[in-house]
Amino acid sequence: MSDGLRGQIGQLARRSMLRTLRQPAQIVPALVFPLFLLAVNSGGLEDATNLPGFPTDSYLTFVLAVPFIQGALFSVMNSGTDLARDIETGFLNRLALTPLRGAALLSGLLAGSFLLGVVQAVAYLSVGLIAGADLAAGPAGALVILALSVSITVAFGTIGLFAALRFGSGEAVQGLFPVFFVFLFLSAMTLPLDLLTTDWFHAIASVNPVTYLLQAFRSLLIEGWNLGDLALGFGIAAAIGTLGMLAASSALKTRLVRT
Amino acid sequence: MTTQTQRSGGIEVEALVREFKNGPRAVDGIDLEVAQGEIYGFLGPNGAGKSTTVLMLTTLLPPTSGTARVGGFDVVEQGPQVRASIGAALQEAALDPLLTGREHMRLQTALHGLGKAERKSRGSELLERVGLAYAADRKVGAYSGGMKRRLDLALALAHRPRILFLDEPTTGLDIQSRTALWEEVARLAAEDGVTVFLTTQYLEEADALANRVGIIDHGHLVAEGTPAELKAEIGRPTVEAVPRSEQDRERMAAVLGRFGRQAGSSPRGVAVRLGGGESQLAEVVRALDSEGIAIEHLQLHAPSLDDVFLAKTGRSLEGADEEESEGAETGAVAPA
Repeated sequence: MSDGLRGQIGQLARRSMLRTLRQPAQIVPALVFPLFLLAVNSGGLEDATNLPGFPTDSYLTFVLAVPFIQGALFSVMNSGTDLARDIETGFLNRLALTPLRGAALLSGLLAGSFLLGVVQAVAYLSVGLIAGADLAAGPAGALVILALSVSITVAFGTIGLFAALRFGSGEAVQGLFPVFFVFLFLSAMTLPLDLLTTDWFHAIASVNPVTYLLQAFRSLLIEGWNLGDLALGFGIAAAIGTLGMLAASSALKTRLVRT
Repeated sequence: MTTQTQRSGGIEVEALVREFKNGPRAVDGIDLEVAQGEIYGFLGPNGAGKSTTVLMLTTLLPPTSGTARVGGFDVVEQGPQVRASIGAALQEAALDPLLTGREHMRLQTALHGLGKAERKSRGSELLERVGLAYAADRKVGAYSGGMKRRLDLALALAHRPRILFLDEPTTGLDIQSRTALWEEVARLAAEDGVTVFLTTQYLEEADALANRVGIIDHGHLVAEGTPAELKAEIGRPTVEAVPRSEQDRERMAAVLGRFGRQAGSSPRGVAVRLGGGESQLAEVVRALDSEGIAIEHLQLHAPSLDDVFLAKTGRSLEGADEEESEGAETGAVAPA
């Protein structure tokens, strides 16, 4: 990577992080809402651990994987609405008049998602452990959870960037939020995949990538080190991120028609 | 196109066209040339094609046809070189409300590739120059409209461009902010030799600031020249008279009607464009006197750019603005 490109990414990353830190309305819901659902689910569904084949006797440990995905969904909204605002206000045109490269713009904008991902992962894991969740993989597992959470948050962030560049409006980006939540609910969010006995639900959950992202977190929390589950989780995050970035790059070329 | 303009870093436009899907031509074959250090006022009502032209000249919108060279570079073939030569403050002050003025300068100077030390000094120098040093560390969200416009101008100058595009830079500003911005733009052209392409819908702005004015209407350049040349071309002043008695207004209109076409006036007065020029003023007074019409107020107006607009398009600029807005609402006018 050239010095010029690195410098551009650095400047835009700095801006993206400053914007994230100066908008408590972006950070607070992304922290509070998933933790609230964690409290509700772990309190209300504790008896699910009595089901034969349930992998742990702590429902809190099982469901602690969910906030990481919910938090990442906020990243779609945050990165997307930030960029959509830049389009709406003309700030993107200002950037387009500089020698800025498209790759620098997209990478820099994802820095805010990265920062949010770190803050979220630390908060969810800390709250979960304090509340009594297990972490079978130990301290090193905590670092992997952090890395996985940030990877997923950034990957989902690319979808937000694509939506913003494609539709050019913050409202359109926010409209994606319920759609992504449907993906979460149609996954092995509340029960392990094997215990989802309704055929259609099992079929959808078994092809829903979110199921395997959850499983990657759960492997570290419940089992210890399961390299297959981790590789699948990181692989899915990388695939989403790559596809999202390609789609966003293509949409950026259409949006920025500068000669 | 002259090689002189190319060398000097001006602007040359030939048969430039921009069509939007399902709409009329927003810019319909304009030709113009701006010399280095010149302030060119691009005057026209909303929807006339001013902003579309600026977007094409700043490489943000590809032309449908025609050619344009900015700073000696082709806007289609040499976009990066054009962008390196120009600064632009587009129609809305595109700023990030969450960043401070200083942070904006830092970002802009860095993206233009200025070195670390120069970034800081250049940012401070420009903030000082536009009178924003005192607010440099405040978030832009708390800036007034005038402050935002001044910061916008400072950002456009960050990399010392040779050519500056200002798209309606004073729209919505109070008179003090407007005057301050005019002074800075005039200084840039006079002292730094910066070429300024300024779009405006304010006649007085074009009149006060521009060395030459191009009048655009429905995508066509309908007139071009110095403000003095354009007014001289029209050459007909307007006389406006207010009768002492309201009852005499109709009779006064009939008398003045002998001297020329009716023009816009105050509600109590009558105005006509004098077909024979200023020399008819004495005849006007004599005619009113002979009809026994007492005059409360009489004034001779020199031709204005609005008169030029009226002569070239058949309507006044103010009226055209309303007309264009109505057209835009009904989708009859392409975005520009």
